[in-house]
Amino acid sequence: MSKLRYALYTGCTARESTPELLKSTLAIAKKLDIELVLLDEASCCGASHLQDFDPFLSLVLNARNICYAEKRELDMVTICNTCQLNTAMTKHKLDNDPELKAKVNEKLEEVGLVYLGTSNVRHFLYALIEDYGLDNLRDRVVKPLSHLNIAPFYGCHNIRPSELHHHFNRTKENPYNPTSLDELIEALEGNSVDYEHKNKCCGFHVDLQAPKTSNILTGNAIVDALDNNADVMVTPCPLCHLNLDVKQKAATKAVNRELPNPMPILHLPQLIGLALGCTPEELGLQHHVTEVPA
Amino acid sequence: MKLTLKVFRFNAETDYLPHYDTIEMEVDPKEVVLDLLNRIKWEHDGSFTYRRSCRHGICGSCAIKVNGRSTLACKERVVDMVETFGTELILEPVSKKRAVKDMVVDKADFWKKYDAVKPWLVAEIDEHPQMENIIPPSEAEKLEDADYCIQCGCCYYACPVVEVNEDYLGPAAFEKAYRFTADVRDHAKKERLEIVDQLGQGVWDCVKCYECAEACPKHIDPIGKITKLHNQIFEEGVAKSNVATRHAVGFKHSIKKHGILDEGELVLYSEGFGVFKHIPEALEMFKKGKIVMPWNMPKSKNLDEIKKLVDIASTVKF
Ligand code: SF4
Ligand code: SF4
Ligand code: SF4
Ligand code: FES
Repeated sequence: MSKLRYALYTGCTARESTPELLKSTLAIAKKLDIELVLLDEASCCGASHLQDFDPFLSLVLNARNICYAEKRELDMVTICNTCQLNTAMTKHKLDNDPELKAKVNEKLEEVGLVYLGTSNVRHFLYALIEDYGLDNLRDRVVKPLSHLNIAPFYGCHNIRPSELHHHFNRTKENPYNPTSLDELIEALEGNSVDYEHKNKCCGFHVDLQAPKTSNILTGNAIVDALDNNADVMVTPCPLCHLNLDVKQKAATKAVNRELPNPMPILHLPQLIGLALGCTPEELGLQHHVTEVPA
Repeated sequence: MKLTLKVFRFNAETDYLPHYDTIEMEVDPKEVVLDLLNRIKWEHDGSFTYRRSCRHGICGSCAIKVNGRSTLACKERVVDMVETFGTELILEPVSKKRAVKDMVVDKADFWKKYDAVKPWLVAEIDEHPQMENIIPPSEAEKLEDADYCIQCGCCYYACPVVEVNEDYLGPAAFEKAYRFTADVRDHAKKERLEIVDQLGQGVWDCVKCYECAEACPKHIDPIGKITKLHNQIFEEGVAKSNVATRHAVGFKHSIKKHGILDEGELVLYSEGFGVFKHIPEALEMFKKGKIVMPWNMPKSKNLDEIKKLVDIASTVKF
């Protein structure tokens, strides 16, 4: 296999409130000999909120981000479900509407850029599965996770809308019965936990205006994972992580449950990193609000 | 193909709790889920109750859940369900807590919220027009597919916010509101937008989970209409300054300043004085190195490009 290379769109969260996500992503890429080129020019994707206010500006900014992957002749990978949604949705719109693409390019030209549509945009999870392969990953495991019951929390924007997901990924994830994270957990020799809330929403996007809704949705997910004997939850989305990790106390309180022990929440690359033999420091485990026991 | 059906049974008049009947059935892959419901009634238990009428995906009465997924029984092929869920299918009403008898639910809250957006055209109609009232295609296209809703409730009962916030109007009512706010003939655009702009019941409480888009058997994409309502709320000057609108607008300011988002500043900008309630959480995050101080705030490379694009591409004012 020739060396895999991608343009990494980190999103804002991985540079601010979840620094451990960026750290662990780079750590496992190194172990797996995957080259990730950071897109330092990129702006925020608008996190599904800017488009509510100014949809055209949202398209222009996301298109600009993709331009920088295209300039490097690399496919883009994302490490946040919502970044993935916004970027992929922009790409889908522009690639299917020449008139809109021309309008966006008119603006981009003013800063010397042009959107072509030549780079694919996928979440790192699917790039790993589709390009690196779970069999190869299995071969690299040095610390099997067989002692852990791991509950995958998929996060909405990787699996819904499914039409968009299917357009950009060879993994045709079924939003009503997603399996990719489960298969990845099995490849790391962990036990994947089946529970009803694995493909449900954490409510992050209304944290500010409707904290009660957000807390209940997050609380339901954590409690469901716990009741199905999970030792730990894992998610590919830093926004889900903020809700599950930082808001865990408020969330479980909102659903009237006292947890016997806090539920550790891992980012996807942290889980992979543990199996590949990375140290807790390399994976940034010290940055979690809900402690991760050694 | 042999299937195991687990069928939700409940009679609100006589039962305290529901139970599930297990039925083994030899099924032809060409059958639809409604065929299974019919056969349960005809071959197993004549008291089994469900709604259906048109058998053509038009009346919207046959919505149920199969393994938790909202669907129209008359449209959903059994093979597709088996492909997704395997050969054990769980048949339940769209909402167990609203069940009246077996698959039949009480849709009272659905209709009440649907009515709240005034789902009819508000216009002065000239009873004796001298000329045809012509709507150009470019205007008619704005409705998109919003007119195709059959009020089946698949989206509504799939929406997680409906389950936790009883004021929330939900995807079907929003999609219907858009049906009329996008109609040039309608005179109640602002009034409707004010209804859907209200915190608690309106579009700002949507968690953007896309469950409604996934569930709609007519592929109407209710969340897409919700985004359009957000846009119209700003375009029509209906938006009030509150935590939700400032949150949406705050992204633009932050992007212009740093390229990437300044999370702390966004919360401060959105909440205003309310920011104090986030302090305990912020302290915990700070201890764990999750808060970037303003003087360390990273900036995107080529920030001048971003600033320029925000200036020349921004189309909305608030
Ligand atoms: S689960 Fe929540 S944060 Fe994660 S992608 Fe869905 S809406 Fe976003
Ligand atoms: S996207 Fe919004 S309206 Fe649609 S199901 Fe989710 S919360 Fe409900
Ligand atoms: S929007 Fe779709 S799912 Fe919702 S009520 Fe109308 S037809 Fe049914
Ligand atoms: S019976 Fe009318 S929509 Fe299914």
